[in-house]
Amino acid sequence: MKRSRWRLPLRFAVLGYLALLVILPVSTVFYRAFQHGLGTAWDAITSTDALHALWLTFLVAAIAVPLNTVFGVGVSLILARHRFPGAWLLDALVDIPLAISPVVIGLALILVYGHTGWFGSWLNTHHITVIYAVPGIVMASAAVSLPYVVREVLPVLQEIGTEQEQAARTLGAGPFTVFRRITLPNIRRGLAYGVTLTTARVLGEFGAVAIVSGAVAGKTETLTLFIADSIDSLDTQSAYVGAVALCLAALIVLTLLTVTDRKRDDWHKEVA
Amino acid sequence: MSIRVTSISKRFGDAVALDDVSLEVESGSLTALLGPSGGGKSTLLRIIAGLDRPDSGTVHIEGEDLTDAPARQRGVGFCFQHYAPFRHLTVRRNIAFGLEIRHRPKAEVKARVDELLELVGLAHLAERYPSQLSGGQRQRMALARALAIEPKVLLLDEPFGALDAQVRTQLRRWLRDLHDTLHVTTVLVTHDQEEAMEVADRLAIINQGRLEQVGTPADMYDHPANEFVMTFLGPATRLDGEWVRPHDLVVHRFEDGKPTTAAVEGTVSRVTHLGFEVKVDVELAKGDECWVQLSRGSALELGLEAGQRVWVARADASTPSRSPMLSA
Repeated sequence: MKRSRWRLPLRFAVLGYLALLVILPVSTVFYRAFQHGLGTAWDAITSTDALHALWLTFLVAAIAVPLNTVFGVGVSLILARHRFPGAWLLDALVDIPLAISPVVIGLALILVYGHTGWFGSWLNTHHITVIYAVPGIVMASAAVSLPYVVREVLPVLQEIGTEQEQAARTLGAGPFTVFRRITLPNIRRGLAYGVTLTTARVLGEFGAVAIVSGAVAGKTETLTLFIADSIDSLDTQSAYVGAVALCLAALIVLTLLTVTDRKRDDWHKEVA
Repeated sequence: MSIRVTSISKRFGDAVALDDVSLEVESGSLTALLGPSGGGKSTLLRIIAGLDRPDSGTVHIEGEDLTDAPARQRGVGFCFQHYAPFRHLTVRRNIAFGLEIRHRPKAEVKARVDELLELVGLAHLAERYPSQLSGGQRQRMALARALAIEPKVLLLDEPFGALDAQVRTQLRRWLRDLHDTLHVTTVLVTHDQEEAMEVADRLAIINQGRLEQVGTPADMYDHPANEFVMTFLGPATRLDGEWVRPHDLVVHRFEDGKPTTAAVEGTVSRVTHLGFEVKVDVELAKGDECWVQLSRGSALELGLEAGQRVWVARADASTPSRSPMLSA
């Protein structure tokens, strides 16, 4: 392919697109957050409600992400390694959270687990509160971030095939050893990427969580809800600082991915 | 007997992979399961290894009924056609795998792996990853990995199938030498009859899920049990409705007169020079065709060319491949 004269304009177009949609708005948020000095920003993020929102966001991610990691790897293994009637249905079901609006997912959770929902009376008699409480927020976050691990891990499992696992079996490895020593190292990259996407989605989820949490400041407000709440109550300083915190969290997750990705990946490279 | 499979049958959906196959493999022998692709020979190998389960029949290894035992408890070394290297492990760790999961002492593992690396000639590549090896090197690594667990039997699925011709020939010799050193009972699957005859002591011919014949390469070449074995094991052509090896035929000039009573008249339709060997296609008077394999010398002596009238006859009336059961 010849070096076309379109190369330079193309680069500018891509960079310009990125600048308009991502770089410019995000840096404006950073600028606004620290506009009145670090002290003001620090005060805003250490307010009781902000700290609680940070803590709750972290807690939800700490529960929902491991849940979806285990579930995602499990479903991927089932879909990749077993043939059974209805496999296509399971495959399609996993994608539903991608296809329908998070608001609908939140609403559906209320219909099932709310006070007047299907399990409502049972949950009431056992004094379990799901909706407008932390369990509901975790469920909503897990629901919307369900597909990411499966969609990253399943193709890798299909690509590597079963021969390495069979070879390990003939060498004396039991199912758990095969998984830990053969399967897991092979899907490591896809899994890391899937977990990163899941985490990012859980941190940033708004719609589904807004419906199920009731958004009570200091109680059921995650960081995204805190930002929305701050904007509503014209507390822009808190909104900007909350947004920066959210960005930084995402940045940390992305950095961790890049670091794990760079480590120990020399076996992927072909040497001529 | 090292391996004894009895009345093994296996279906995949509607397709019959194996139909009542029984086979015994002697301790210390090198047996080739030979047959066309899709004939069921790989399935039989996988059933012996415990990677597939038979619908019926039993598998005994060293006298022990292992029909229902999982692969990991059978003590078989299995080499896959595409070697199935553990891509995330170095050559050394690949070979050490079976010993590591048995939690053998580190020093013992290292000593054993060093020995195997030496045996397969990969000592200088021990710290490489499989992606950095050639096909032949991967093959040898897979063999060393299977041998590390000191298997009772070694099973090789199309061991040379994925290699180019030159490496293939080298590895064949190497495998034969290795077997002569180690005497591990070995079963290999191949669809290449030349490869099977060169490497193996015994052949088992499998076609369409059935075991056609078992024996030594020379014996089966000379005494094929049926038409399939005759045509599969080597070149074959038909003269007067009977199967015969084309190198067991001779051509006489027509003008020299009918050489034997059984000689058949024909016309040369094509002469193909293949170096030492010359292939002569003859259109027989009765409308059939046959071909004769001649040495370059005898072809030149006869001065054969297309259109020439000739007699075709058997070189030796007592040629064993003329057994009456082969009459078509």
